[in-house]
Amino acid sequence: MALVPASTIDPKQDRTMILNMGPQHPSTHGVLRLVLEIDGETVVRMMPDIGYLHTGIEKTCEAKFYQQVVVLTDRIDYLCPLTNNLCYCLAVEKLLGLEIPTKAQWIRVLLNELSRVNSHLVWLGTHALDIGAMSVFLYCFREREDVLRIFEMVSGQRMMTSYFRIGGLALEPPLGFFERVKKFVDRFPAAIDEYEDLLTQNPIWVERTKGVAHLSGEDAIALGATGPTARASGIDWDLRRDMPYSSYEKFQFRVPVSNDGDVYARYLLRVDEMRESNKIVQQALAGMPEGPVKADAPKVVLPDREKMKTQMEALIYHFKIVTEGFSVPAGEYYQAVESPRGEMGYYVVSDGTAKPYRVHMRAASLANLQTLPKMCEGRLIADVVAAIGSIDIVLGDVDR
Amino acid sequence: MAEPAVAITDLEQLKEGPALARLLDWNPGTVQGARFQYGELNVYIDCAHIRDACSLLKNDPELQFTFLSDITCVDWYPSEPRFEVVYHLLAMARKKRLRLKVKLAGDDPHLESVTSVWRGANFFEREIYDLFGVRFSGHPNLRRILMPEDWEGHPLRKDYPVEGYR
Repeated sequence: MALVPASTIDPKQDRTMILNMGPQHPSTHGVLRLVLEIDGETVVRMMPDIGYLHTGIEKTCEAKFYQQVVVLTDRIDYLCPLTNNLCYCLAVEKLLGLEIPTKAQWIRVLLNELSRVNSHLVWLGTHALDIGAMSVFLYCFREREDVLRIFEMVSGQRMMTSYFRIGGLALEPPLGFFERVKKFVDRFPAAIDEYEDLLTQNPIWVERTKGVAHLSGEDAIALGATGPTARASGIDWDLRRDMPYSSYEKFQFRVPVSNDGDVYARYLLRVDEMRESNKIVQQALAGMPEGPVKADAPKVVLPDREKMKTQMEALIYHFKIVTEGFSVPAGEYYQAVESPRGEMGYYVVSDGTAKPYRVHMRAASLANLQTLPKMCEGRLIADVVAAIGSIDIVLGDVDR
Repeated sequence: MAEPAVAITDLEQLKEGPALARLLDWNPGTVQGARFQYGELNVYIDCAHIRDACSLLKNDPELQFTFLSDITCVDWYPSEPRFEVVYHLLAMARKKRLRLKVKLAGDDPHLESVTSVWRGANFFEREIYDLFGVRFSGHPNLRRILMPEDWEGHPLRKDYPVEGYR
């Protein structure tokens, strides 16, 4: 967070003025502040100013046990906490050399895709709201509520789930869970059609988004953009397909790519992604393997409650994990997963103790935010609002 | 529990890899060491050559490390050299990652910015400057990014307390 001193802005001509947008502006999706240099209604220069939601999570991680960090990861990108959980757990599991049972991997994929649906629904609702299509928000949040209820059913929490743990899942999904997910995925494609009915051919929507905030493929690569923001500019790259993790290689899905690079292309692409996510969830339901959901690693995974009542070792392991954690061999690993916003990376450095030496999060939102000035400079202020919505940043992810 | 991968740190064993071979071929003095662990290649680069090394790896027609995933820093206080700046490169065409590392002394840490190679390095380098106090020469706008402008100290340094008064 930095105040921008007037001296650094230096308007080129007398006719430009400095306009402050945010951090409490409703269209900035959180606490993003933009300093705009404008000439009439045209944006000459834009400077994003961030840090209003900086909570020092990376520092806090260094003072916690490995298993306690899972809870912190929820709070980073709060629209897809399960994706954060997954990315962190995969990194630490790699350092530990843990094998995760197939069923746990598949449930992770299933929930991860539901997180993507959840995140894209919030994005679509708020993005449409910014541009003036009020009703879409209500439809999106209707389905989002269903997804959140699924999360609540499986983890006891609607948003801060912490359901993935190092070594597998926190617990078996409850009875009736898969039926409930099935009910949702059967119904969901019709709901997506409904959103599309409201927007895709809507002349006002098309007018506000088509050809607006263009980003070329070269700029997307140079500025570090990933995810739908880059794919809408023709970058055919999806970590789920290109560097699979957690059994993604077992699933068939299409990666939508567009060459238009405007707000409308990003909209169509994310809507398409929701349909693909829905297909992945259907495949996960159809082929869900049997077996345990936790790795066989008594020093890392908390024992079952029943075992603790009958076995001395289980009680000792439980006591040790809770009071002094478990040590992770010295080393480092960078795990990247495809979050709804792009490449989410966790760089975990271990010095062989029970607390991580360093945890760094590569935030997709932070890198994607760098494309915003490129998209908006030379365009109207009204387009800035459309552009912010279209890169789908989460300020918790930007500031950490 | 499977045994974690043992690191290979011998430069002789690793020098056949394309990225390392290219760097050694270009300027053997740049590479200070290499380490292979968990399927990831780490190359230690001399701090004076980081920008040129990045430029080489990005523009080489075979290596194609066109994408900069991330830059971060690790503080190894109190040992010297104290800081380790870590670059994560990605070659989308070959589906390969590469990690470059630069070691920096704790006293006035600074190195060359890679913003001229990847414009996207801008925010990452500002973040490292803000949280670790590592200066990047040639950066277009090296100001604090997350902490307030008038903040004292660099919070992610290991000698900076997690809680309480500074």
